[in-house]
This record gives sequence, C-alpha cells and structure tokens, in this order.
Amino acid sequence: MRVEGYGREIDRAQPVGYRFDGVSRRGLLGDTLASALLAEDVRLVGRSFKYHRPRGVLTAGSEEPNALVTVGRGARQDPNVRATTLPLFDGLEAVSQNRWPSLDFDAMALTDLAAPFLGAGFYYKTFMWPKAFWEKLYEPLIRRAAGLGALSGEPIEEQYEKAFGFCDLLVIGGGPAGIMAALAAAASGLDVILADEQDRLGGRLLSEDEQIDGQPAHLWVAAQAQALAGAGVRVMTGTTVTGVYDQGSFGALERISATQDPADATPVACFWRIAARRAVLAAGALERPIAFENNDRPGVMLAGALRSYLHRWGVAPGRRVAVFGNNDDAHRTARDLAAAGVRVSALVDARPDAQNLAGDVPFYPGAVVTGTTGRKGLTGIMLRKQGGAQIRVEAQALGVSGGWNPTLHLACHLGRKPVWNPGLAAFVPGDGMVPGMRVVGAARGAFDTASALAEGAEAGLAMAEALGRRRADVAVPQAVAAGYGIHALWAVPGGGRAWLDFQNDVTVKDVTQAAAENYRSVEHMKRYTTQGMATDQGKSSNVGALAVLADATARSIAETGVTTFRPPFVPVPIAAMGAGAQGKGFAPERRTTSDAASRARGAPMIEAGLWYRPSYFPRAGETTWRDACDREVRMVRESVGICDVSTLGKIALQGPDTGAFLDLVYANMFSTLKPGRVRYGLMLREDGHVMDDGTTARLSEQEWVMTTTTAAAGQVMRHLEFVQQAYAPDKAVRLTSVTEHWAQFAVAGPKARALLNTLLDAPLDDTRWPFMACGPVTVCGIAGRLFRISFSGEHAYEVAVPARYGAALFERLVAQAEAMGGGAYGMEALNVLRIEKGHITHAEIHGRTTAFDIGFGRMVSAKKDCIGKVLSQRPGLTGDSRAQFVGLRSLGGEIPAGGHLFAEEAKPVAAHDEGYVTSTCYSPTLGEVRALGFLTNGRARHGERIKMVDHMRGITTLCEVTDPVAFDPEGGRVRG
Amino acid sequence: MAELEARTPAHGLVPVSHGPWTLTEETPDPIWTLAPYPGQADVLSTALLRAGLDWPSPGMAVSTDDGRVLWSGRDQAFLLGREPEPDWAAHTALTDVSDAWCVLRLHGVGAEEVLARLVPVDLRMKAFPNNAVARTLCGHMTVLVTRYGPAFEIYAFRSMAGTLVHELETAMAALAARRAGR
Repeated sequence: MRVEGYGREIDRAQPVGYRFDGVSRRGLLGDTLASALLAEDVRLVGRSFKYHRPRGVLTAGSEEPNALVTVGRGARQDPNVRATTLPLFDGLEAVSQNRWPSLDFDAMALTDLAAPFLGAGFYYKTFMWPKAFWEKLYEPLIRRAAGLGALSGEPIEEQYEKAFGFCDLLVIGGGPAGIMAALAAAASGLDVILADEQDRLGGRLLSEDEQIDGQPAHLWVAAQAQALAGAGVRVMTGTTVTGVYDQGSFGALERISATQDPADATPVACFWRIAARRAVLAAGALERPIAFENNDRPGVMLAGALRSYLHRWGVAPGRRVAVFGNNDDAHRTARDLAAAGVRVSALVDARPDAQNLAGDVPFYPGAVVTGTTGRKGLTGIMLRKQGGAQIRVEAQALGVSGGWNPTLHLACHLGRKPVWNPGLAAFVPGDGMVPGMRVVGAARGAFDTASALAEGAEAGLAMAEALGRRRADVAVPQAVAAGYGIHALWAVPGGGRAWLDFQNDVTVKDVTQAAAENYRSVEHMKRYTTQGMATDQGKSSNVGALAVLADATARSIAETGVTTFRPPFVPVPIAAMGAGAQGKGFAPERRTTSDAASRARGAPMIEAGLWYRPSYFPRAGETTWRDACDREVRMVRESVGICDVSTLGKIALQGPDTGAFLDLVYANMFSTLKPGRVRYGLMLREDGHVMDDGTTARLSEQEWVMTTTTAAAGQVMRHLEFVQQAYAPDKAVRLTSVTEHWAQFAVAGPKARALLNTLLDAPLDDTRWPFMACGPVTVCGIAGRLFRISFSGEHAYEVAVPARYGAALFERLVAQAEAMGGGAYGMEALNVLRIEKGHITHAEIHGRTTAFDIGFGRMVSAKKDCIGKVLSQRPGLTGDSRAQFVGLRSLGGEIPAGGHLFAEEAKPVAAHDEGYVTSTCYSPTLGEVRALGFLTNGRARHGERIKMVDHMRGITTLCEVTDPVAFDPEGGRVRG
Repeated sequence: MAELEARTPAHGLVPVSHGPWTLTEETPDPIWTLAPYPGQADVLSTALLRAGLDWPSPGMAVSTDDGRVLWSGRDQAFLLGREPEPDWAAHTALTDVSDAWCVLRLHGVGAEEVLARLVPVDLRMKAFPNNAVARTLCGHMTVLVTRYGPAFEIYAFRSMAGTLVHELETAMAALAARRAGR
C-alpha cells in the first residue's frame, strides 16, 4: 500500500501503466517494478528455483534473490531481470518465472512436498545409474523442473554499446562516502569518475530519515550532486562497476534504456572499460537475513529494504508489519514505519539486553521469530519470547535484519581474501587488497554516516596527494555517529526448513548435511549445495551459510573463510560485453579495388584472412562452380586471364643494407640479385620449418619490394620488424607495408603480353622483359610497376598501379581480356593452375614442413647463414624418413585433401600411415584428378602405386605417385 | 589512350551525419612514410626544419603551412601534403603510401565521446591535445588517430574503409539516439 506523505522519488501526479503476468496495473513515475507491485499489495512475484515455493520481494537493490522477472517478448525477451532495480515505464510487460501454468497455481509446487528427499546431494546420489541416463533423461528433466528465466533463443535486436573511460580516480559508489571522496579529490585537482549503481546519487541516504549538516540527508545529497557537476566530476549513475582487473582496469555496466520499443535506437546498456590510476571503493553494505523456519514467505523482507520502500517510494508491504533483528539498525525500521502510521505489530530483538529505540511499539527483547504462516503471503509470525513462551503475532510483512555485510566484493577480485571482524560480525576488507584502491565507509565496516563522510573525504584527499596534488581544504559535514550494537545470530534453532539462500533453495539443513558428508571446505559446501550461485551470487546468503558451516564443523568463521569473489558483481549481458561485434561488426572486411566489379559479375566471394576474393566468375549456361572453374583454367592456358592479386602482402624495403638483411631472413641468397630482377624466396622460422614464400623484386639499387602470401602478410611483417629490431638494429634498412597502396593484377596466358601492350605506353619485348624481370611502366598514362612472374605456369605478368586506379584498371584489363577470348578468373581456377604446376601454398607449408620436405633443401644457401638454417639441419628434419612433397595422379576416383596414404595392400590404420593429401583438383588441362601431398621418402617413389583412404568421407582411391609438377615440367610456357 | 579514373578509398560511403557529428573523407595527398636509417634522425630533422617542418616526438604531429609530419611508429612518420625532397633518400627511407590509407574526418562537439565507443585511448583534450597522434585500435581495426584543429582524423587501411565507416556510423547513431532520449 502507498503511505501518504512519503515517497521522495515518486511523482503521484504521473501514473504509469504496465502489465505483470498479463494483468494491467498502475504504478507511479519513479517506481521500480518491485515498489509498484508492493504498492498494489502484490507480494507473490516468483517461484523458487528448486521447490517452486512462493516468493516475494526481499530487498530493494541489485542483490535481490527472489523477485526476478522476464521482460519483453520474442528476440527482446530478457530473463532474470531484478524487479527491484527495474525502473517502471509506460508499457512495461513483465512476467514471473519458473512456474506452470501460473504464478498463483504452480503444478510443480508438488516438488515442495517431496522436499525431504530432495536435499543437497540428492541428484548426485540418485541419478547415477544407468550411466547414459544422466545426459539423456535425468538432466533434461531436472533442468525443466528447476531454473530461472529463459532466453528467447533468437538473435538480439536491441542495441548494446561498449565504451572506454579514463580518469585519475574512480569512485565506486555514490553514497555519503563516495560523494565526499569525489568532491575532495576533484577539489584537489583530480580527474574523477563517480559511478553509482542506482539512477541517482545518495546510496543509503536515500532510504533513511537522518540529518546532514542540519538538513534532511536526501536534500544534502541533491545539493552535492550540483557541487560534483560544478567540480567537473563525471557522475555515472545507473552504472555498476562489475569487475576489477589488472593495472587499474575496471569493468562497468551502464543501464541506459529499459524501453522495449523496437523503433528506439538508444542502446539498452553500455559496457565500460575504465582505466583509473586510483580507486575508492565506497559501495556501502548489504543487509543479511536470519534463518528461521519458513522465513521465505512472500512478505518476509530485509528490514533496511522496508525503509527504502517507505522513504523512496512511499510503500509499505502490509497494514501490519513486524520487525526482527539482532542490532540497533533494525529498530529504525520499526521507528520509521510507526512514524509513518503503519502499524508495527512487533519489534523482536534477539539481544536480551536490547533497549527499544523505536518508540511506542510492542517490543520483545531477547526473543526470536521461530516460524511464519501464510503460504502465498505472510499472515503472521510465531515468536518465542525471552523465557520461552510462544506467541503468534499478526503481520503481513516482516522486516528482518541479521546485520550488514560490507560490499567488499570488488576489493577481492584480484584474489585477496577479506578478514573477519568479530565485533562487527562481518568480513571487512584488509589494506591493499587491490593496488591503488582504498575502501571507505560501510564497505569497510564503518556503518554510520559521520564515519562514511569523514573516511570518504580523507580518501579523496589521500588519493590526490598520492598523485602529486595538494590536499584541498574540505569540510566534513556533521552527521549521526552511532554504533550499531550487533550480536551475531545466523539461524534460529528449531525444526523445519530455515532458508539461507533463497535463490538456490538452500536451507540450514542442506549446509549441515554437506558438512556431515565431509564437504567441509566452504568451496566444497558451495558446490555441493549450490549455495551462492546464480544471478545474486549469494550476496544475502554467503556469510550466513558459512557461519552455519563453521558451527557444523566446530570451527571459527575466520577459519572457515569465504569462497572466491569473481567478476562480475552483477549479471552482465554477453550482448553488452560483445556489443557491436555481431554481423558486420564481427571482423573487419577487407575489400580489394575490384570487389564491386567482381560482385557485379556474380562472383561468389570467399574469405581469405579478412579479405574477400572472388571464387569464380559464372557465365550463362554454367550450372556448377566446376563449369566456371574449368573454363577459367582453359582460358588462362589458351588465351589470357585476369586475377586480382592485391591481397598478397607487399613490403617495401629500402636502404643500402637491404640485400644483407634479406640474406638473413630468406633461406636463399638475395644480395646478388640485380636491379630490375625478381627472385623467388623461401623464409624459415627459427625452428627451421618453412614460414612463408613469395617473390622479392629489386626495383633499384636501394629499393626492394617483397611479396608474401595473403594469409601470412601480417606474420611476415611482424617477423621482419622483429629481426630488424632484435638482430639487425644497425643495418640501414627500413620496412613499410605497401599492400594497400598498390592494386595489383595478374595477367596470365599466352596472350598476356599482347593484352598488356594495348594498355602500356611502351610495348613489352623479351629482351627487356624476360621471365623474372621487373620495372616501372606507364599504364594508360599512370605510373605503375610490372613484374614478369607467374603462379599459373603461363607467360604471365603482374601489373601494379596506385590503388585509386585499381577499379578502373581491372575493368580495362577484363574488357580487353574478354575481347581476346579470355576474362577474369577466381580463386578456384588459380588453385587448379598452381596444382597442375606443383606450386606450394600454405596447404603445403602448413607449419610442419621443412625446405627439405618440399624439395627446396638446396635453396637453403650453403654460402651464408639465415634464420632457421642451423635448426633445419637437426637430425630427423631431413632424410628418407621424412614425408616428402609429391604429386598424385588418380587411377580412378577422387583424392580429397585430408586423405591419408597407405601401401596398396596395407590395412588403412594409423600404424601404416605413409603420408597425406594437401591439395586436390580436377585438372581440365590434363583431363584427370590431380593432387599434391606428402609421402614418406616420396621423391624416390615416383611411379609407385599408392592407396589414398579418406576415412571421414569413406573414399578409397588408387593413385600413382608423380613429380609435383604435372604440367609443362620443362617450364617452356612461362619463358615463351 | 583514356586515362584511368581515380577513386578515393571511401568513395560512396561518406558523408555521414548523426546528431552533432559529421564524418567526411580527407585526401591529404600525397602521404609518404619517412623512416630515417639508424642514427640518421637528426639529419632528417635538420632537413625537415629547412623545409619548414620538424621531426615529431612520439605521439605528436608537426603541422605548419608547409605540410604535416605525423609520428606513425618507431623511427617512422607520415609526411602529408607535400613530396619529400629527393636528397632525403640519402639518410631516410621514403615510401609513397598515398593510396594505402583511408582518412576520415570526424567533426562535431563531443566527437571524443563517439570515438570513446571504439578507441581504447583517452582522446579528451587534456590528454590528447591538438596534433596529438596515437596508433591504436578502432573496433577491431588498427588505426592512426590524430586531433587536427576542431576535428579528429582517423587513418585506416584503404581496404577496410567500409568497416571503418560502419563502425563510426554505428557509434555516432547510438550516441545521437541516446542524447535525443534525454
């Protein structure tokens, strides 16, 4: 119900329409879903994870274990949203979870009747046999019966964002301590970010009736918000710092828009990565419940949460409210509710010597709550008075306070453990748990406002000083400084089920059972009972559970210790962390200058690294890729073909020592190469295996250009940079990637020269342009470069122009080729052409082959040293036992890449494996299936018959072992 | 013979506007890399001074009426808007990379906030003043970012122009929607 005269955050003049479980309801602007439901006396909001027990709102914050709802529909369905932090908006549709057919009548609630059999470890002990049943039967059944909300299974539609933030000081938490820290640091000259989970500053002050500097605390907060803005502090509200990482990195989730309107492009949330030189953790504290029988009824809430609902939203969850606590703080709930006119039916304090601080309310010192009534909503509590008398008290809501736990999670994210403070009955952070971070206020166990203000201000100044600034004069405001007089009480002894962890349905009995079965370590207990798992990560239950475990194992709480704190502090949607990385954002697309023209010709594009290259260029009448590929191969062999080869890595090398540098990085000799000539080069890794191959041209005395394979361009550049910096720092050589500057096209085939002569300003001839020549040319008036090199085995050139002319030159080349009976060819034809010629690619130099293996052993120059030379001479890397590069000719059937080679009569098992196939094609030139591969001692076995077995595809083919070069072995065509 | 038609890297992709921001293409023709050989940086620096320029310190650019020199990595800088003197080749590797880079200009109040969605370095004025340069990331791409006058310039590989525009436009649109919602 709403309470007149209360509700600092709601606007009573602005109703908001929403639906919960299909029922249209009304809340007020400023409400959360939880406050709106409680205002309409809706206490039952969900069903529990395992037993399907009716559950209601427990807290008023992100630690909520019970009030989880699913928001939105279809692809926008968002499960496990905490009703306590979900701002109400017009049109909000939320449904409860884990119930069928409805929240009010949940058929699975029958599970609760079987509870005596379903305690911790039940599944492990029961569903063991037969073995195969676990995965196929038991687990799916259990998963259907237990659980939280479900994802839609559809790709998300809503926008998420990622962003980077930077500051000198990150203040986590915008309560009294955080506000003072930020103000003091900013006044001392620091660049400050202040992040708070709630959508307004104030922290706990928003929920309390107290004074700061003589004015109501929430008004003081409003004034400080102005001061912070004036001081240049970047205030990020609605932003939860979710994790602490190395070197001052923090993750944070900013909730931006909860709207479900598909037309709204506003991101739903933004995942921030914040780099901060220092941090102040002022995250406050979380209240904890006390375990007693049936303490999970809807209406049983935390005492501090009742104050939040009263002061912030003007809501009391019932006409009669009881309070049960073990500390002075609980009395404030009774006091404030009574002052607001809510009938407080009992203030139960477990401390026998407690004084009533709540005024005129029924007060029971030395008493405990032993049970509750009301299945779907609390109707009353049973309490045992000092002396043992049992009475029943009517109440629709019960506020429970077992004390407060400092919110120290972030301080523990780098692996350090907090320390037990017996006086506070709480774990508190030690010093220096996170380098550069200081913990202040309630997060450090200083629970009163005066301490929080003072500690915050001091931390802000100290951080400024640590970063070389002078401390500003900062006045600490006056506020209440009161102790809280806690006396630990974790569980009220008695029969029945007393809940510790509401989210995972873990009771006191489950924890003692775990201890009895020797799961004594807190980590083992957690896994055995599931206590502390799922979305709330045991924020309300962890300390209570381990206190019960300590008791059951006759150890102290300090000895028992805590489980590991890990990021994230609150659930973070994967969609937020991966924001922008779906669809086109998944990886950069690299497009050549001929990309649009290739697509316009209908070429299917294939990915090569990040590049897109045309697979083939289909023509009318061609029904399969093979038709197009075969035609393109014949075209190159018989007339002329054009292929964009711009994707190959191109590295410009300059300087007088370039030749010597290349001698070091290439296995073969380069310093002897004459200007105007190109040489094929082979590069080894340090370990002696082949790294990459390609051609390097010497354009002039000091200017060279190296080509690398498309896929290895980055790797080769990195390698060369490393060699230059580490092994040849004094050599006068410099490297620049020019891959992107040049558009380069292969012009291959018997008519290649004739074609080029139509475009070049000066015609080509054999004297000036023999095979492996290079030099400057003028193409259609544009200064370019020409290389007479060939991957196809035909008379061929590669012509390069600055990339701005690439699209135009490609069109010109293809048009001319088509006029001469040729045309563009794609990757499929390129692959066939090179297999026919026995040229290697990274299918062959796959990282485990040596120069010897591919038949290039003699290229490793004896006259000089090179990277990888010594290790390439290790025993076992050469000789008859090596699998050597061979050609394979099919004697009938396919030779798929990946197939393995066996002697004809051998059983095709691993022990008889003699090699494998790396590349395969149908050769239209030779009219047969041809492949390349590696075969033990293969070079000595040309002419032998061998059996290829592809176990995966179930293919067996007899092959003849041949030289890798199947077409034009003399190389007459390339020189002709 | 007809000359070949030239196309800029972001041909047909820009301009793009969202909120107060506009994204346009720059063509700072030509672009050369200057890489002095070991021990020759001072010689190049003197030569640059004579040409009205200077060798930039790491992370900075030198911008004068005679051209711009952008630090672009270890012992390397980009020379923009003018050809290098031929005699610099005696001490410096000179490479024409005019067509290798797609250069986009992001203009508008708070452009830092757009880039903060994509670029993991602090680009606010106090950390990244006029003529500051960073080799960094924009989404998944390696880029060079510089603050030049009232705008930012982002240099990415020419082949990635489409992705660069897509990433920047997505960030601009989301931030504009966010502001409109306030």
